[in-house]
Amino acid sequence: MEQLIIPAIIAIAVAFFSVYGLTPFVIRALEKRNITVVDVNKKEKTMVARPGGLSIIVGMELSLIILYIFFPISEILAVILTTFFAFIVGIIDDKKTMGGWFKPLALAFCSAPILLLGAYDSNLAFPLFGTVQIPLLYMALVVFMIPIMGNTINSIDVLNGVASGFITIASFALSACLFIIQNYEVGIICLCLAFSSLAFYKYHKFPSKIFPGDSGAVTFGVVYGGIAIIGGVEVIAAIAILPAIINSFLFLSSVKKIVEHREIKNPVTHTDDWKLQSTSENHAPITLVRLLIAKKPLTEKQIGYEIFKLGIFSGILAIITAFMMGVNI
Amino acid sequence: MSLPLFSFIFAMWVLIIIGGGLMVVFIGPLSFSGDLDPLINSGAKVLIAMILIFIWVLALLKIKNWIFRKIVNP
Repeated sequence: MEQLIIPAIIAIAVAFFSVYGLTPFVIRALEKRNITVVDVNKKEKTMVARPGGLSIIVGMELSLIILYIFFPISEILAVILTTFFAFIVGIIDDKKTMGGWFKPLALAFCSAPILLLGAYDSNLAFPLFGTVQIPLLYMALVVFMIPIMGNTINSIDVLNGVASGFITIASFALSACLFIIQNYEVGIICLCLAFSSLAFYKYHKFPSKIFPGDSGAVTFGVVYGGIAIIGGVEVIAAIAILPAIINSFLFLSSVKKIVEHREIKNPVTHTDDWKLQSTSENHAPITLVRLLIAKKPLTEKQIGYEIFKLGIFSGILAIITAFMMGVNI
Repeated sequence: MSLPLFSFIFAMWVLIIIGGGLMVVFIGPLSFSGDLDPLINSGAKVLIAMILIFIWVLALLKIKNWIFRKIVNP
């Protein structure tokens, strides 16, 4: 345990300060080249730099490479490669809006390093009841889990600061869970994710100076999914992001097909004082945001905080689940 | 504070734990009698697991509809 402390501090510091220091340069570079999008939830026309995935991937990869130098284990290498490939998929999607199936399929291929390097344990652990061995089925689970995690975090990236703030909460909760079950190395990787997303949140929070874009949101999701697989905490990781899973579930159950999120009808409109309210359009999808504002209109900032409260609640449930992992009935 | 949404998350958590229990206690150790190919044995277990997931999603849909109605018409 003691030998992990110095590498952990270095990797976490690199994850935080590289994203914190690099993002302003990325913002300026994007604004200079006019690579900006309209922030649709602002009264005045506001252009925001997008995508910010570059600073996120640099922060994540640098910290993971540092950890790999200290601990040359295949699990870290698998996350480094999977994350990099996922970032490439995200950048392609940022540059050119691809069809609804492009991202899930391309991200499924990104799981190859995890499978080829054997960086997984095919036992699926459940709280209270123990583990179930599913060697063949687990490989399929890996192929599904990477695109699902990438898309789930991407689909919650709808308002200022939500994706980065939410993944910060979820990854701090998952780190705590990994430390509870004494998986310290993977816990440190998860802390790197938590601190890099926290650094990005500084610029992404309301009012946003930069949006992560597909490249940023997918990178966050895929690192998170990779950590869940190599740490053997798939169930706990899913519990920690239940609000995002609910968002995807609500969306899919109302749209009933996989589509690019930019192709769908906006489920919210604005009041005169520019609060967000649920649309009366019948064909607009039901999303987490739409549920939050179904009763009364809320400001963008208020909705963000409501989602964070849900994230903290599911994070607490994940920590309770981690404690339950040690109990067998 | 949206209480129905917190309830929805809690219900999902309970369903995950119950579903996990069913997987470990019943489906995992399940072995069909006779000289059945292990692959067919695994395939049958996957099928049962898929049916359980289908029931799980149906339960969630029912809870979602109930919560949505509760939010819109409190």
